[in-house]
Amino acid sequence: MKQRQRGLILALAPFVLMVLAFQVVPVFSMLTGSFRHADGAGFTLDNYRHALSSAYYLQAIKNSLLISVFSSLIGLAVGLVCAYCITRFAPAVRDRLLMLSNMTSNFAGVPLAFAYIILLGNNGVFTLLFKQWGWNVFDGFNLYSWSGLILVYVYFQIPLALLLLYPAFYGIREQWREAAALLGAGSWQFWKTVGLPVLSPAIFGTLGILFANAMGAYATAYALVGGNYNLLAVRIGSLVAGDVVTQPQMGSTLAVLLALSTLLAVFLNQRMVRRMEGFGGRSPARRERSSGLFRRRWPAVREEAGQ
Amino acid sequence: MNIRKAGVAPRTFMLLLMIYLLLPLLATGLYAFAQDWQNTLLPRSWTLSWFRGMFQDIRFLEALWTSLYLCIISVLLSLAVMLPAVFVITVYFPRWESFMKGIVVLPYAVPGVVAAVGLIRAYSSGPFDISGTAYLLVGAYFVVILPYMYQGIRNSLLSVSAVELLNAAELLGARRRSAFVNVILPNIWPGVMVSALLSFSVLFGEFVLTNMLVGGHIQTIQVYLFRRVGESGHLASAIAISYFVFILLLSAVLMKLGMKIKGQAK
Repeated sequence: MKQRQRGLILALAPFVLMVLAFQVVPVFSMLTGSFRHADGAGFTLDNYRHALSSAYYLQAIKNSLLISVFSSLIGLAVGLVCAYCITRFAPAVRDRLLMLSNMTSNFAGVPLAFAYIILLGNNGVFTLLFKQWGWNVFDGFNLYSWSGLILVYVYFQIPLALLLLYPAFYGIREQWREAAALLGAGSWQFWKTVGLPVLSPAIFGTLGILFANAMGAYATAYALVGGNYNLLAVRIGSLVAGDVVTQPQMGSTLAVLLALSTLLAVFLNQRMVRRMEGFGGRSPARRERSSGLFRRRWPAVREEAGQ
Repeated sequence: MNIRKAGVAPRTFMLLLMIYLLLPLLATGLYAFAQDWQNTLLPRSWTLSWFRGMFQDIRFLEALWTSLYLCIISVLLSLAVMLPAVFVITVYFPRWESFMKGIVVLPYAVPGVVAAVGLIRAYSSGPFDISGTAYLLVGAYFVVILPYMYQGIRNSLLSVSAVELLNAAELLGARRRSAFVNVILPNIWPGVMVSALLSFSVLFGEFVLTNMLVGGHIQTIQVYLFRRVGESGHLASAIAISYFVFILLLSAVLMKLGMKIKGQAK
């Protein structure tokens, strides 16, 4: 019996050790760091006070929040329309379309920023081409600014939104529509009173994931604008691993703030997916298990919530 | 399953979406083969020289090699650690599962930048000064792929009914270890392979942690690409496209494997 116990513990020990070393200790270190003075000693709330009062950091937070909210809302809107459209196709076409959008969701980070630089950067193909043709659609457009960032963020939000939303549309049964039609409801009335309420948990849940996704996005922004645009993630990066002066304590504080916002958003997603279960039938999470070997970023969150 | 014919509106929307999604990819692809592309809709002349340049660039080959072995080592380490752990938890301590899930899901909610802050702070001084080394990176990678590995291994165990299999094996007189190695492992292997490949492709595309933790010391393919962006657009396109094709091939293999497993399950 004793040997049995020892065997089990031996099997678990490396896992516990790795998680402690690379997950628990770093989080703990970040938390304590955020409460340390700049010289690394003592306990203080100064970092938080500073982060939430300095115009510079406030701007970073504001920019990040704005870009996340905007890109999520646009991504969500496009995702909703396209997710609905996708359900209108025959299964074979639908699967191909989903595969294509899934494929493009691999196209993120540095390569994506890079593709946009080729297309729309200062010497981008389209920039030059349109100049040549005398079109001035891109006058006043600057890829390395707010509008460019939004454009690139939206690009990686749309496939994610689509992939997260389309299963929810299958929760809406054809019979409900028929029943509503029999009772005299028009298509618009059906969506307003039945469709949207049923979809709403999925919509809010997806919004949470998109928001977290945009808040945490670093590679794309960094590759596009370097340190030139004041975003929270970029600011954190330069505070702890910059080439000039590092301020790990301040970086930890901002990181804690960023993590709080993404944790909150993911928490919202979990709550909403759980509520989705309440409608019974096919939940997004359950469908996932059969079709979703390929879901890149968020499968476990949703499976977890699907419990 | 009723086969519907999509109307005009859905078709138009999906067509627009696909153009929107594929355009950047297509442009990068064209740029990688273009010799002269200044002010025409399509390049004037084509060349393979950017690809040749890519394969002749010793730094590119080094970065590729670095990426490959770092990712492979991380995935192997993760397999070695996770297989026994998930097995023991699923079979012997199902009560701990919810706790385990909490741990495993965390990397999803915590962005790479945040994780990097903690790792840098914890390991840049003190008894374990491993900042800037591959050890730190492999540890960080381990955490990144935790969710994929856990989910994959656990699902495989459940779908082959590991507990019943194990009981049967033990009833027939097999010892636990040999039952695990000879009965359970071969059965869950295809599923485990899928998670391993998926993890590999995730790590291959990793930039944030790599750049922040070891960017100055170790160049992976993503870090290399980032460094080259400012220099030659054509060369960088060639690299980006090759990277993407590689990931696609990997996905195709994954899909094949996944379908095979599904077929077996039926």
